[in-house]
Amino acid sequence: MQEPVDVLIIGAGASGAAIAWSLAETRMRILCLEQGDWVRSTDYPSNGRDWESRQLTDFSYNPNVRRAAADYPINDQDSAISVANFNGVGGGTILYAGHFPRLHPSDFRVRSLDGVADDWPIDYATLEPYYAENDRMMGIASLAGDPAYPAKPSVLPPIPLGKTGETLGRAFNEKGWHWWPSDSAIATQDYEGRAKCINLGHCIAGCAQGAKASVDVTYWADALRARVELRTRCRVREVTVDPTTGLANGAIYYDPTGAECFQPAEVVILACNGVGTPRILLNSKSQSFPNGLANSSGLVGKNLMFHPYATVSAYFDEPLDGYRGPHISVWSQQFYETDASRGFLRGYTFQCNRGTGPVMNAYSGMRTGRIPWGADHHRAYRRTFNGLSSIAVICEDLPEEHNAVTLDPVLKDGNGIPAPKIDYRLSENTRRMGEHAIARAKELYETAGAYDVHSDFPSPWAGWHLMGTARMGNDPSRSVVNEWCRSHDVKNLFIVDGSVFVTSGGVNPTSTIQAIALYAADNIKKRLSNLFD
Amino acid sequence: MSEATLRLELPLSADEQRMLRAVVGSMIPASPEYGVPGADDESIFAEVLIVANAEASRVRQGLAQLDELAGGAFAALDLTARAAAAERLHECAPAVFMFLVGIAVRCYYRDDRVMESLGMERRPPFPRGFELEQGDWSLLDAVRERGPIYRKVP
Repeated sequence: MQEPVDVLIIGAGASGAAIAWSLAETRMRILCLEQGDWVRSTDYPSNGRDWESRQLTDFSYNPNVRRAAADYPINDQDSAISVANFNGVGGGTILYAGHFPRLHPSDFRVRSLDGVADDWPIDYATLEPYYAENDRMMGIASLAGDPAYPAKPSVLPPIPLGKTGETLGRAFNEKGWHWWPSDSAIATQDYEGRAKCINLGHCIAGCAQGAKASVDVTYWADALRARVELRTRCRVREVTVDPTTGLANGAIYYDPTGAECFQPAEVVILACNGVGTPRILLNSKSQSFPNGLANSSGLVGKNLMFHPYATVSAYFDEPLDGYRGPHISVWSQQFYETDASRGFLRGYTFQCNRGTGPVMNAYSGMRTGRIPWGADHHRAYRRTFNGLSSIAVICEDLPEEHNAVTLDPVLKDGNGIPAPKIDYRLSENTRRMGEHAIARAKELYETAGAYDVHSDFPSPWAGWHLMGTARMGNDPSRSVVNEWCRSHDVKNLFIVDGSVFVTSGGVNPTSTIQAIALYAADNIKKRLSNLFD
Repeated sequence: MSEATLRLELPLSADEQRMLRAVVGSMIPASPEYGVPGADDESIFAEVLIVANAEASRVRQGLAQLDELAGGAFAALDLTARAAAAERLHECAPAVFMFLVGIAVRCYYRDDRVMESLGMERRPPFPRGFELEQGDWSLLDAVRERGPIYRKVP
């Protein structure tokens, strides 16, 4: 048996890193178990000539393609969308694009405003100071004054508009639609030990420069200095419970040699996001919790929300930014807030992306039939190279219980732990939203003078955002954790990742995930004397 | 399938290699007009083979499927007929089609000669990076003038 710790955090990604850093000031003994390893910046693909190729293999964002030792398989055969993730120190922030919007005030009140889903038990004002603190810790680049949000401070100057942002910006203006440079987790100046962005153009396979705010180079650097212990290549199988008290008493995990270990702890915090967290809870069955831990509501694993992406791409005759610069550029939230006349409730964000490198230009062009096989390949390729622009539409996904993470009865990971199975289908509201978004994106491209517009909906590879599978709420029969992320059933068990989202909003969730983790940490710190009451 | 299993896969046979070379060569043929080799060029195909042998089973299945759609004689067809067979594969088995495409383009579009023909430097992105224009920030004045658009919450 290992030496007991005060706080055991499971998962070293966006939320685990943030809460580890925040709790470190308590001087409690804090340990984080992470199933993956550190990724060295010298191992990132943009160091080598095969930088794009590796996006299809060992740096794929699909764990079923990547199949690294740290990965667990995911049965997504009954899902319209495949899970995208990364298992290692930094978690999904290693491979994210760094698009860093906050939720809007209205996102916390969808039942009150629109009569759908549920309101959150907290609001934008509750999270606002934590959003700001997280922006400082991550070094967020943004331009103050975005009319789509209440006023928020800027930490670093925004990423360049480039030709892509400028071209689309003119078209947005012509339409009279909102647009703004994207809040970005990318250092545009040297910041807190991170070198500034040099436009490698390959953020989504890891940043060799260290300019992108993956939490291995932000929170973890500080948390380790503050004596938090991080144990890598340690995969947790289950959280265990003392049957006499009903409290969590630690976790069983497999160390790098494959040996089964028990780690005792006074407090357990799950930070494995919307698939990993319910997987562990559902695997944590005992006499006291025969349906999985913290699952008296039956909602662990239910209400999975993905943000179905629509992808709309087009080419321009004039070269745009191509493979240069952060993948992201500007966003539009013109269609974010509900307008029932559109035929659906809630809304979406346009995340406007720059182009790709030469390999992915060929790959995407041939996938969509715009670059042919054979004699005409080179002419078509050269017309498109550096002319690509794409818009990723982030559609709000409303919670539905049939969209769920369960345990696969057969599939197991390398340690023999049952793997997750995903059941997911799009709602009619989401489908109408996606169709509306595609039509608007096509209008925009037409206004901008683009040609050969292509759309995918839903984009089957784009299951980046994993939310809702252990939702927060005040009613223990309708939620898994309370309004400060403590399990209703197990009073020393906390969940601080995307699982606790009540609704998804129509934005990338990392900023909110981390704000919630910092907010939960503050609540723990304030209540240390009566934490388990 | 684990990586360990993959490493034990039988490499492509000589016949399969010939078929694969015919496939990638017809997919991206040499072009005197643009001064570039085809994907069946000796040094490029050597890279293709390394990638293909790592996933030989899937390559073997893909080649067999393409050959079947070509009437069992892909290599004997002219370029137009090969492209037509590939188009049928794209329609009926898009994942297989893109798997074969991926193998070819990953190796082809990192070749020095090809990158130079596209106006690119022969180097990875890091450590030198690239330049990116700031763009015209005054374009945002119009957005500012329209004022806040977020929904107020009571």
